[in-house]
Amino acid sequence: MSAESSSGYIKHHLQNLQVCSTDQGWVWNTMENMECQGNFWTFNVDTVFFSVLLGVLFLWLFRSVAKKATQGVPGKWQALVEIVYDFVESNVKDTFHGKSNLIAPLGMAIFVWVFLMNTMDLIPVDWLPGAAALIGIDYLKVVPTTDVNATFAMSLSVFILIIFFSIKIKGIGGFTKELTLNPFNHWIAIPFNFILEGVALLAKPVSLSLRLFGNMYAGELIFILIALMYAGTFDGFGGAALGIFGAILHFIWAVFHILVIALQAFIFMMLTIVYLSLAHEDH
Amino acid sequence: MEPNATIIVQTLAFIAFVWFTMKFVWPLLETAISERQKKIAEGLAASEKGVHDLELAKESASNTLKEAKAKAAELIDQAKKRHSEIVDSAKDDAREEADKILRGARAEIEQEMTRAREQLRAQLATLAVAGAEKILERNIDAAAQNDIVEKLVAEL
Repeated sequence: MSAESSSGYIKHHLQNLQVCSTDQGWVWNTMENMECQGNFWTFNVDTVFFSVLLGVLFLWLFRSVAKKATQGVPGKWQALVEIVYDFVESNVKDTFHGKSNLIAPLGMAIFVWVFLMNTMDLIPVDWLPGAAALIGIDYLKVVPTTDVNATFAMSLSVFILIIFFSIKIKGIGGFTKELTLNPFNHWIAIPFNFILEGVALLAKPVSLSLRLFGNMYAGELIFILIALMYAGTFDGFGGAALGIFGAILHFIWAVFHILVIALQAFIFMMLTIVYLSLAHEDH
Repeated sequence: MEPNATIIVQTLAFIAFVWFTMKFVWPLLETAISERQKKIAEGLAASEKGVHDLELAKESASNTLKEAKAKAAELIDQAKKRHSEIVDSAKDDAREEADKILRGARAEIEQEMTRAREQLRAQLATLAVAGAEKILERNIDAAAQNDIVEKLVAEL
């Protein structure tokens, strides 16, 4: 660790474990082999692994609790699941007034999954990558939401749902009208309206995913910078003082980050519900 | 950092998770929780009914208590009355009995007295005759004087 430079340490922590398709077949990225960069047919194995692991954990936990749910006094897990259910359901009810079998479960899946993925951020930044290094894996990024692929995957799915429901509820004509005759209802303003509404529409998935990505990426980066303070890069008394200061900072940032984790999961869910209810509204 | 094919995998995973939640998690929770809500509502209604029933029961209990008290008071009254009646009748009986005994005793005494008187009379007659014999110191015809003696005795 101390052999690395600070920027090397940061870069190392921000590099996904990747496997990509090259002329020589499937190749893992290593310290020596950076071929995957710029290659679209690259899979971030760590992102997929952790997000699927957490997603399966979420589904397994919620389904097993739901199957065993008693009508009597609930256990702690059941109470937790019920709190999440109530939380999601009340938010959906407040915002979305139509009838849909999709929106509430979608909101729940987004909220819990994003929350769990964000929570990975609270694991000290060197633990899992350090453990991976011991078994010969060079890179490991444990927070899937610090990968744009994970956040865009969700926001683009939501975007497709927005368009699907807009067309389903308003018809292609209605949707086109919404895009072209708003906010200025005159044929002269159609190009202007279209640009305005088009940007507004496209901004939805982009802002949705970049907000989550940006927050988590920045949070992760600050954890990495704090970790640098006590990573043994500096020696002597100054190094020790810096290390203690870093530990305190780490604690404060982690406490603050708990808020960010929950808040970002909530925002993603809430905006999804809002966007989909807007798509359901017929003017 | 840059977008790559991971997004395809992530999208598929996301769709799968949402689908699974929609099919196998949310409906279960929905039924469980709505049943729970129903049960809680029923429980609340039952508890309200219980409170109401309790009030009714308290009322009926206090009524019963009042009735019992009234009945007990009545019984005590009756008993007192009966008691005094018994005492009175016993007194009457005792008095009657005493009177009867007294009367019997008196009659017996009377009888005793007449019998004694008869005896006395009989003895006195002979005594008087003997006395008179001694006084006269002669043999008077007892039969001739008998009527005198009889008269004497009758005067006793």
